[in-house]
Amino acid sequence: MAGRPEGGAALPSAVSRIASQGAPLSAPLIEMRGITKSFGAVKANEAVDLSVAPGEILGLLGENGAGKTTLMNVLFGAYAPDAGEILVEGRPIAIHNSADALAAGIGMVHQHFHLAPRLTVLENLLIGIPGKSGRIDRARGLTRLTEISRQYGLSLDPNLPVSTLSVGEQQRLEIIKALFRGAKLLILDEPTAVLAPSEVDGLFAALRSMAAQGLGIIFISHKLNEVRALTHRCVVLRHGKVAGRVDHPASTTSAEMAKLMCGHEIVPPVKQASTPGASVLTLDGISTSAHAGTPLREISLFVRAGEILGIAGVSGNGQRALADVISGMLPPRAGTMMIAGKAVTQFSPRELQALGLGRIPEDRMTTGLVTNLPLADSMVLPRIGTEAFSRKGLLNPAAIRAFAEQQIKAYDIRCPGPMVRAGALSGGNLQKALLARELAFDPKVLIVSQPTRGLDIGAARFIHEKFLAMRAKGCGIIVIGEDLEELLMLSDRIAVMYEGRIAGTLPSADATVARLGLMMTGAEGRA
Amino acid sequence: MFRLEARTSTPAWFNLALPLVAIAATLILCSGLIAIAGAGVIEAYGVMLSASLGDSYAITETLVRAAPMIFTGLAVAIAFRAKFWNIGAEGQLLAGAVASCFVGAIPMPGYLAMLLMALVGAAAGALVALVPATLRVKFKVDDVVSSLLLNSVIYYALMALIEGPWKDTFSGYPISPPIEDSANFPVLVEGTRLHLGVVVALIAAPLCWFLIARTTLGFRIRVTGENPEAARYGGINVQRVLLSTALLSGALAGLAGVGEVGGVHFQVMSDISPGYGYSGIVVAMLARLNPLGVVPAAIFLAAVMTGAEAMSRATGVPAFLSDVIQGTALLAMLVALLFTAYRIRRVGAQT
Repeated sequence: MAGRPEGGAALPSAVSRIASQGAPLSAPLIEMRGITKSFGAVKANEAVDLSVAPGEILGLLGENGAGKTTLMNVLFGAYAPDAGEILVEGRPIAIHNSADALAAGIGMVHQHFHLAPRLTVLENLLIGIPGKSGRIDRARGLTRLTEISRQYGLSLDPNLPVSTLSVGEQQRLEIIKALFRGAKLLILDEPTAVLAPSEVDGLFAALRSMAAQGLGIIFISHKLNEVRALTHRCVVLRHGKVAGRVDHPASTTSAEMAKLMCGHEIVPPVKQASTPGASVLTLDGISTSAHAGTPLREISLFVRAGEILGIAGVSGNGQRALADVISGMLPPRAGTMMIAGKAVTQFSPRELQALGLGRIPEDRMTTGLVTNLPLADSMVLPRIGTEAFSRKGLLNPAAIRAFAEQQIKAYDIRCPGPMVRAGALSGGNLQKALLARELAFDPKVLIVSQPTRGLDIGAARFIHEKFLAMRAKGCGIIVIGEDLEELLMLSDRIAVMYEGRIAGTLPSADATVARLGLMMTGAEGRA
Repeated sequence: MFRLEARTSTPAWFNLALPLVAIAATLILCSGLIAIAGAGVIEAYGVMLSASLGDSYAITETLVRAAPMIFTGLAVAIAFRAKFWNIGAEGQLLAGAVASCFVGAIPMPGYLAMLLMALVGAAAGALVALVPATLRVKFKVDDVVSSLLLNSVIYYALMALIEGPWKDTFSGYPISPPIEDSANFPVLVEGTRLHLGVVVALIAAPLCWFLIARTTLGFRIRVTGENPEAARYGGINVQRVLLSTALLSGALAGLAGVGEVGGVHFQVMSDISPGYGYSGIVVAMLARLNPLGVVPAAIFLAAVMTGAEAMSRATGVPAFLSDVIQGTALLAMLVALLFTAYRIRRVGAQT
């Protein structure tokens, strides 16, 4: 562990260490020197130095808002830095846009893929590649694709339409696309967020093979165990500056890295033992018709008072439909749903809320909040017609404002005030606002999807503590998630979804990441 | 090189500045046309200004013209807030005019006639607006297309009425019989056309503002317009909100027609509206969908219309210039709106 204070210079030792592992000793592939970028009064990056040698996998760590994305956007040409320079193989260059970046051998795989779903794999690769006399050179493209596939172990059928590819395959296509355009340095922004555990292994194998053949890789992630398993070296950003550099991630503990990221120790929450009460939410044989995603097929499950039920599964196996059915957005085709013994199968979202159902949607920005309106509006939205915020159809602006101010204080939501546009808040603060609006009315049942996706450690910890406190108060909570370690830590029982069914349910004590991972791929049946 | 960069926040003074900038840009752009027509730009605009706002009679004439556009502007502003794309204010206005003219022709006490004209006219406009809203809610039919095409349907239905069964037997022209004299809206200032309907329009604007800003229905309209998914998740019946918005919007547009029948023309003819329904879209956009902004925006367009006629007589520039100014103002405003979300950055060469 070589956690240096801010702004430490790039490490020559890294290059020599790589060299000693057999990679060629040469000038760094990419070097960023003294990069500073401000937005108004906010310094998103301040005097950041960073370099990647050929054959090196560099981890870029930091909480939300630490400046990782800004730094990579500077490198990829989306922003011009206020100060500092970028050197490619020792030569300073100017990068004004992504075309410049690609020409300099820098490729980026964004969190959200940029693919044309109705075109085939090969056609997507050839987009924007000039062919001979205006025609597309399929044969040459196919040859290059085969070469890249063989070289790095990234295979894909060139003739499949992208819409039929899994998320993992689409990501592979994005990587191939970057290599196809001659990338020597590949930036991956949180690539594992969308993958199942088995797919993560495949991705890591490919990245290692690419590094072994001399490519440089920048791997951005929140997940410390992955950074430790994959990277050769790490740069940790905090408040836009380099908070520290880690030379041997594999032999550094996650706790040490977390401390570098947050600036203080992170204490895991304590889960008190609890005796679950009666079932507060029961689903019996719920099936749905076609849905944007996988429909449900005869789902039966229950959650009891004072219990957290985790729902694990690779994204796209019916989790979305499950959350939609429970929150009243999607009427099921068959089966019954009961809240505290009352049949509520065809209830509207408002009727379910009135019975004590709290919901936190998967997509905060599109389903949870109204980004263009004041934060206060989003916070009172589900209860706008109740006595608390209106009377006889007239709003009570004072009460709305007071409620929002009170919750902002109670949940430490960082924002200029209740009247600020909700969309101006960071993801963590939005999630706190959503949590506040549901928990303020003491729900008996809570359904949450991906509660900490994209949040930093501090915000995630806050959310976890709130869930555990609700559990202690006797609330039954269903947590739908893809982060198995989070589910294991929070849940009393874990159900695994596979192709719209419950593949099995385990008490958390019997569950391990490996076993859940197997069930998630449909390999292990009902436990 | 210039490029657009996303803004993180929009300064509050933009709300006032953008329409003014758009109007200034419009007048500058249109001055080229005046010059081509062979008139002095300053002179032409000067005639427009004095003819529309230069003396108290001109001001009342401008207000009389502004009244229907205040109503249609409010109709469009409220509909657009909910993202119900009501391009049909013109047809709703005509429906309101026809319905109120029927009622006004029935002999009864004047105050009762005026009240019934307003109610029936508003109801007719609301029913017409309900058609595209229902088609959208039930069958996902695009409301821009259906509400726009419905304008032609209503217009030709009106023509069929006044050419045929409803033709005024006394005059022989394709116009409807007049309403009863007792149903004519009272004139407020002797010697002008300033009628009661103008005052109703001026009162309607703050009422609409109150509805949008301070009632639960207004809250639901705003939320539904900004994010229907979040609205539904939050327990709002989005379909019902869209239908309510359509009724409200159509009723307001219908009232525009009522005012024209009761206060200006006292009967229905084919050109009872010179496109007030479409001007309502320009008005609503200039007002940035704020009901309070609708009043000055409508007065501006009305001043352009009355001013253009005088300018045409004095300088020979065709009065069509008023249509060009309207269209240019809409485009300028749409461009100006871009700057609420983006700023222009100069990107210099980097060394």
